[in-house]
Amino acid sequence: MAEKQKTIRLIIERQDSPDSKPYDEEFEIPYRKNMNVISALMEIRRNPVNAKGEKTTPVHWEMGCLEEVCGACSMVINGKPQQSCSSLIDQLEQPVRLAPMRTFPVIRDLAVDRSRMFDSLKKVKAWVPIDGTYDIGPGPRMAESKRQWAYELSKCMTCGVCLEACPNVNSQSNFIGPAPLSQVRLFNSHPTGSLHKKERMDALLGDGGLQGCGNSQNCVQVCPKGIPLTTSIAALNREASTHSFKSFFGSDYHN
Amino acid sequence: MAENREFFYRRLHSLLGVIPIGIFLMQHLFVNHLSTYGPEAFNKGADFLANLPFRLGLEFVVIYIPILFHAIYGVYIAFTAKPNSVRYGYFRNWMFLLQRITGIVTLIFIVWHVWETRLANAIYGTEINFDLMATILSSPFMFWFYIVGVVSTVFHFANGLWSFFVTWGITVSPRSQKIMTYVTVGVFLLFTYMGIASLIAFAQG
Ligand code: SF4
Ligand code: FES
Repeated sequence: MAEKQKTIRLIIERQDSPDSKPYDEEFEIPYRKNMNVISALMEIRRNPVNAKGEKTTPVHWEMGCLEEVCGACSMVINGKPQQSCSSLIDQLEQPVRLAPMRTFPVIRDLAVDRSRMFDSLKKVKAWVPIDGTYDIGPGPRMAESKRQWAYELSKCMTCGVCLEACPNVNSQSNFIGPAPLSQVRLFNSHPTGSLHKKERMDALLGDGGLQGCGNSQNCVQVCPKGIPLTTSIAALNREASTHSFKSFFGSDYHN
Repeated sequence: MAENREFFYRRLHSLLGVIPIGIFLMQHLFVNHLSTYGPEAFNKGADFLANLPFRLGLEFVVIYIPILFHAIYGVYIAFTAKPNSVRYGYFRNWMFLLQRITGIVTLIFIVWHVWETRLANAIYGTEINFDLMATILSSPFMFWFYIVGVVSTVFHFANGLWSFFVTWGITVSPRSQKIMTYVTVGVFLLFTYMGIASLIAFAQG
């Protein structure tokens, strides 16, 4: 029964520091059943030797939840941006190619800095304000059907996959990308969140906002959570039409 | 206004592409189609347009200024994108890329076309009639240049119309966007047919 040990081949695009040049390194690790990409990376970390048998530095990546809800482990796997925790080796073509999502600044190897997404969420006020100097009491109830719909939008984990796939999110443009846009729609539709709709819309129509969308509709195809991003964008476009109309022709107050 | 400029420009760009430029384009292709009824029919149509009151004012307000803005801002939009249709080969992503390519091709075509016809008329007094087009299109190179130019222009218009409906929030649901895809494919086929038929009519003299 001396069967030859099965192995997994990986080609990883590495980068030692934010400004250094990327290079490819190949690894060959022993196969185990039901591995995901992260367990393969852990194997490399345990024994950082490349396919040529040379000792190398362990590959760096980020992770958190390990169940596709935090978004931290996103990377480009065989050309497609996705979560490495939920990508199973058995379902991937070999050699498995791993690369960082270059839409974002690379910190090291596969880890990227997604701060721009969090900054965008702050910019468009993607939250429901509840804290104040006094108790504002319970909010109005939401229709169950609406809650179910909103729940789908709330699944966004700021993973950045949609930004990576968007041709209009790049170093020459300041477009904030699909994810924060859809969050505006989520919080605008919340009964308490809607109290700040005007502020959100104003931020959304600022430079780098909604208008940066060029309708390539890649985002909705790649989102691992199946968030209807392009429907959100079109719905916001409609909202923006009336919002800007009201701002220009309307009276001194509108929400 | 100052910090909201991008939104305003982008919406203006979208609006101008359809009103008035798109409407003018359809009108132009309709009148051109008269060439398939023979030189007299076409010349009559061209004369009617050439003798409209306030022609120069109309041309500037309805055609030149909107096209100039649409073109300049459009080139800026095209070059701020980083196309990735090969990596993400979805239908809309290819349309996205084609919209930008046809935009550039159309711009080159229109500049040449306006130079050869309207500007030649303004500078050298060249008469714009069936014969002028027949002479231009008798060269095979020019004929194919015009075919490419017309198809590219009509594509840019039809696909732009689809985006227009999304940009203004008219088609929001995936279903309405899909139906609009079929409608705009129809627009593309119809006006491509009209444009090519008239080019052939000119070329055959
Ligand atoms: S919208 Fe989808 S792809 Fe984009 S960040 Fe959220 S979960 Fe990721
Ligand atoms: S580790 Fe949280 S999504 Fe993969």
